Amino acid sequence: MKNLGRIAAVLTVALGTTAAQAQDYTPAVVFDMGGKFDKSFNEGVFNGVEQFKTETGINYREFEVTNETQREQAIRRMAQRGANPVLGVGFAQADAIGKVAAEFPDTRFSLIDGVVDAPNVQSIVFKEHEGSFLVGMLAVMASETGKVGFVGGMDIPLIRRFACGYEQGAKYVSKDAEVIQNMTGTTPAAWNNPGRGAELAKSQFDRGADVVYAAAGATGIGVLQAAADNGKYAIGVDSNQNHLHPGTMLTSMIKRVDVAAYNTFMSGKDGSWKPGFNVLGLAEGGVGWALDEHNADLISEDMKAVVEKAREDIIAGKIVVHDYMADDSCTY
Amino acid sequence: MDDTFLLVVRTLDATLRVATPLIFCAMAGLYSERSGIVDIGLEGKMLAGAFAAATVAALTGSAWLALGAAVLISMSLALLHGFACITHRGDHVVSGVAINILVAGLTIVLGNAWFRQGGQTPSLPADARFMSMDFPGAEAMSEIPLIGQIYAELISGHNLLVYAGLAAVPLTAWVVYKTRFGLRLRAVGENPAAVDTAGISVVWLRYRAVMICGVLTGLAGTYLAIAQNAGFSRDMTAGQGYIALAALIFGKWRPWLAFGACLIFGLLDAVSIRMQGVELPGIGEVPVQAIQALPYVLTVVLLAGFIGKAVAPKAIGQPYVKER
Repeated sequence: MKNLGRIAAVLTVALGTTAAQAQDYTPAVVFDMGGKFDKSFNEGVFNGVEQFKTETGINYREFEVTNETQREQAIRRMAQRGANPVLGVGFAQADAIGKVAAEFPDTRFSLIDGVVDAPNVQSIVFKEHEGSFLVGMLAVMASETGKVGFVGGMDIPLIRRFACGYEQGAKYVSKDAEVIQNMTGTTPAAWNNPGRGAELAKSQFDRGADVVYAAAGATGIGVLQAAADNGKYAIGVDSNQNHLHPGTMLTSMIKRVDVAAYNTFMSGKDGSWKPGFNVLGLAEGGVGWALDEHNADLISEDMKAVVEKAREDIIAGKIVVHDYMADDSCTY
Repeated sequence: MDDTFLLVVRTLDATLRVATPLIFCAMAGLYSERSGIVDIGLEGKMLAGAFAAATVAALTGSAWLALGAAVLISMSLALLHGFACITHRGDHVVSGVAINILVAGLTIVLGNAWFRQGGQTPSLPADARFMSMDFPGAEAMSEIPLIGQIYAELISGHNLLVYAGLAAVPLTAWVVYKTRFGLRLRAVGENPAAVDTAGISVVWLRYRAVMICGVLTGLAGTYLAIAQNAGFSRDMTAGQGYIALAALIFGKWRPWLAFGACLIFGLLDAVSIRMQGVELPGIGEVPVQAIQALPYVLTVVLLAGFIGKAVAPKAIGQPYVKER
């Protein structure tokens, strides 16, 4: 009986160590306020880390922030529990990452959509204005009224950058194009208010817009729904949202947060992870516009050709899309 | 001129859409509070109704079954509130807040367990929702200036529940002021002992009041989940239950005044949405923040200066004890 107990104890220890070895590498992700099923930004990250999980069989730790005070706590807890690298999602986590990164110099941190200058932080930012430029062009080409709408989430420079790129794209196609812009709110709750998103979209339709671009996290679900209900076109954001309402989804401005998240975890695993800045634009394939079976009927060959031409021109530097965040104003 | 007129009509149109859940909830609160039961749980009941409606609509594809489920769930929560406050003489505010917190958490947990979309329900196809209906001749009438436009834009083109919400107001006014039940309802909120002396059951009367309250909050939730939106998302009521309660107090616990208060809140919301990014003559573009503060500023101004004293039903919040 005594021996049996001893064997059992040895077995548990042995099993424990093998399990620990397999899980030696534990990446972690902290989602932000929209929630990981926002069908947009956070969900893109979620898809990326899920892909990592299926390919490698390595589990990751995750946390969904539901109020602002949780961010720093969540990131610190991840670092304390030995997760490495820790991936923060969203501009709002920049402060928290900066603080925690200083406390845990040996832990690697990655941040999507924000910039933290520290030796153990990798900042991944996107040139959303370039992608938004292209969908702005598509919007005006699809519009019959020459008026197109934009619904942003929280009123922050990052979202203004989407709006500004969109406006430039619209004006690039037609000087007379009118862009109606609305922001949902000024607090993080603005990422998660589909009802208000729908009302904003309807108010833009009332003012004559017939294409609306949502860059608003889960609030965008309401915007896209309103467009479908009213027979207008909508443009999704971050993830490819074309499948949500086939027939009224003109396209989606894709921001490859999924690839960024996947790469973070992968590079952390194989040791190629590097701190510093990582700027992804059209040239790097970090942003783009979505064309699939759900919107193929809405995009004519002409539209496609014009947009592809502009895409190449932007990559080649012939068209310069102004970045709102460079000088906090939309002048171009 | 014509454009301005159309803009005004469309703003009023949006007002109706935004105010509908408020109207349902204010009427719901009116029955409950007039009978002496404080109802701070409007928010929770509406949220539970919204979740029930979205869930049933997603599973069965029937808007009417969804409506039934929402009413059922909201009513059972209302009965729970009644059980705590009427039968067991508990504190009304505590019970109401408990319901709000319970529902806020439970909807997300259940939604996550059933649909695995982070507390959201799947988005619904058009035939599982209450869609907007166009009245006969609306298209043709829209060519006629003024009356035709009002008919086409403002009166026609809402979903069924908006009209139901509008109908709830005169109905409530009639029930409360013109029927025997209404007279007793008002009496039981003012002086339950007198009602008891007349040989009428205070307990049964109050239970009926909270049940009606449950039905109406269920309708409000249904509107949010399957008419205005196409699915449930967490905390989708966003404090509208509390705003409805404020409207009820604004309206001095009277149906028409409360209705007016709901419309004011709705109008401010609709205007704040439409004012964004619009250049105002002489002022220029008003910042988003200022626009969004507008409803709250006006609320304070109205409360401070124009409403006058709002007197609550006398016996509100007090449990009725038959004998000591």
